[in-house]
Amino acid sequence: MSDTQEVDIIDQVVSQEYKYGFTTDIEMDSAPMGLSEDIVRFISAKKNEPEWMLEWRLKAYRYWLTLEEPNWQNFKLAPIDYQKIIYYAAPKEKIKLDSLDQVDPELLKTFEKLGISLTEQKRLTGVAVDAVFDSVSIATTFKDQLAEKGVIFCAISEALHEHPELVKKYIGSVVPYTDNYFSALNAAVFSDGSFVYIPKGVRCPMELSTYFRINAENTGQFERTLIIADDNSYVSYLEGCTAPMRDENQLHAAVVELVAMEKAEIKYSTVQNWYPGDKDGKGGIYNFVTKRGSCEGAHSKISWTQVETGSAITWKYPSCILKGDYSNGEFFSVAVTNNMQQADTGTKMIHIGKNTKSRIVSKGISAGKSHNTYRGLVKVNKKAENARNHTQCDSMLIGSRSGAHTFPYLEISNNTATVEHEASTSKIGEDQIFYCNQRGIGTEEAIGLIVNGFCKEVLNQLPMEFAVEAQKLLAVSLEGSVG
Amino acid sequence: MLSIKNLKAEIEGKKILNGLNLEVKAGEVHAIMGPNGAGKSTLSAVLAGRADYEVTEGTVDFDGKDLLELSPEDRAREGVFLAFQYPIEIPGVSNANFLKTAINEKRKYQGLEPMEATDFLKMMREKMELVEMDKSLTSRSLNEGFSGGEKKRNEIFQMAMLEPKLGILDETDSGLDIDALRLVSEGVNKLRNKERSFIVITHYQRLLDYIVPDFVHVLYKGRIVKSGDASLAKELEEKGYDWIKQEVEANS
Ligand SMILES: Nc1ncnc2c1ncn2[C@@H]1O[C@H](COP(=O)(O)OP(=O)(O)O)[C@@H](O)[C@H]1O
Ligand SMILES: [Mg+2]
Repeated sequence: MSDTQEVDIIDQVVSQEYKYGFTTDIEMDSAPMGLSEDIVRFISAKKNEPEWMLEWRLKAYRYWLTLEEPNWQNFKLAPIDYQKIIYYAAPKEKIKLDSLDQVDPELLKTFEKLGISLTEQKRLTGVAVDAVFDSVSIATTFKDQLAEKGVIFCAISEALHEHPELVKKYIGSVVPYTDNYFSALNAAVFSDGSFVYIPKGVRCPMELSTYFRINAENTGQFERTLIIADDNSYVSYLEGCTAPMRDENQLHAAVVELVAMEKAEIKYSTVQNWYPGDKDGKGGIYNFVTKRGSCEGAHSKISWTQVETGSAITWKYPSCILKGDYSNGEFFSVAVTNNMQQADTGTKMIHIGKNTKSRIVSKGISAGKSHNTYRGLVKVNKKAENARNHTQCDSMLIGSRSGAHTFPYLEISNNTATVEHEASTSKIGEDQIFYCNQRGIGTEEAIGLIVNGFCKEVLNQLPMEFAVEAQKLLAVSLEGSVG
Repeated sequence: MLSIKNLKAEIEGKKILNGLNLEVKAGEVHAIMGPNGAGKSTLSAVLAGRADYEVTEGTVDFDGKDLLELSPEDRAREGVFLAFQYPIEIPGVSNANFLKTAINEKRKYQGLEPMEATDFLKMMREKMELVEMDKSLTSRSLNEGFSGGEKKRNEIFQMAMLEPKLGILDETDSGLDIDALRLVSEGVNKLRNKERSFIVITHYQRLLDYIVPDFVHVLYKGRIVKSGDASLAKELEEKGYDWIKQEVEANS
């Protein structure tokens, strides 16, 4: 295929509209722009939080003030003006939300448009949803059925009141506010997010899911998710996200903490489709997220699956701390970048317990002028006898102007460890495209097919309904970008 | 059905096809033979619409349509099928998924609804039996890790599924042992009928023992320099290509 044709096709892709770019017109209750101790107090007061929570936030804020933005990433980042961000925005509540009937119809409509139905009759069967709109949780479905099993699934602001002992015990236990710049910021200003507790011996009867939507202008989203799986329990959790098209960059700095006790298993899946910015790189979400799980108990397991298609910049490393003996960490990732998008993502597997196991499968796809970096750390501590890791890192380039980079780091302090690394880089070839064409498959569909094939191992990890959604997303975000 | 007139094509400024003429009627099997580098694969690529080749002169009429005007995918949807000399691997995409996509794209082009899953599976089963295709090959990734023979059989299986009007086989016999050759040929023979035509490209005569052609053409330096019936292939087998080359040089 000639260069001019290649450019034509890439241009077509570029003109693809972001389908979730609409805004919702709704009356908002917002904090004044900027960040100060007063803003931290304002957010805490809005949530009617206990004193200890406010103290924790203030400590985090004061710590954050002493930090500088990190600069080791493999992408360009214009300085962020933290005083130009609104740290709290919530739809004006007329009444306390006891049932869905009381939710503003505009909000229900917004989620309908996104394909997330919160009304009783139309809900996806078998999936309980917590919907977070800007800074607050709007509604959590299937609460009663879950409660029968003792499963707690609610907004974290609600958990602070209903289950303060659990929140107090675990919040910051996996990702302390001192962890990094954005975790400190999040601890100071987080507004909402989901809280999940699965009691001993319970297999959560349905998929749990949180849907995040940024709507308000100049607003950052700082949600915090905390999931605790007690001994012998199981839960599968999925988060999805979208945002309107806006010219300025918006910051999303979330923290997710997972705790898996003895023989517990947590499966955490993400389909990230924040607004990526336009083809010239204007606007889009900065997705700077700290996600970490702790395998506290023996034989526990934490599995991260992520499909990252959106955001102007994605910067995250969902990680596992393998403390319990025989614990198991997994990371399955697809990161797609197109146009001017940048992604620096990967994982950290920290082997502490004996006979711990980890597996990393990363698939990076770069098109347009985008850059896609895998960065991963496998660390085996002195006492972690017989640790095992297998890492597989595959990159696919579409077109000749994109870049793929791989930074695998190893820190092995125990010589009984077995660590394997495989890596590959491929290009969607014109031979593959022509072969598909010759069978009657157009170039757009061909790329969708080839990319989905490339990511299959990861997509197979997703719950069924979401796998289908993710496949479509991949096709939409890449259609036609041939090389 | 297919009428090629004075076809000239080049790649990177190098002239490969130099005024090729060929008439193929419905139901006919034409063999195209010729020494390496004669332009046989180029002919198949040009007919299938590969973009690297530039057609500088000539016309190709396919069932009343100007074939050269159509995109590669539309040529396929109109019923042109090329069995590749080197079938391509697509990791992670199953044969079945690939074919379902291909069939439904063709149906969309024809204004038809996508095929029902049960009908598709039934069709797969029938065609697998027809071309004696191993069932396990349909769920595996497309051509990935297939042996040479399996790849070629898979091409024939795909042809059976897509039911083209014209099947072009580019050196389908290359790299096959005698058993694989027989299986592939039997598959092709079962797909022969009154409407469907074939262009069978081969360097060796032995394939034509199994797929008996109606016509044999010799391609040399981008032109058809000799045509005859199946006996011409035998003659080439015995005498090689040198006498043809000499004949051509003498006449020019
Ligand atoms: N991509 C290419 N660039 C330059 N020359 C090519 C290319 N492909 C084929 N050729 C040349 O065109 C001629 C015909 O090739 P081909 O059609 O493959 O012959 P055949 O299939 O009969 O062996 C050969 O001389 C070959 O070297
Ligand atoms: Mg050839």
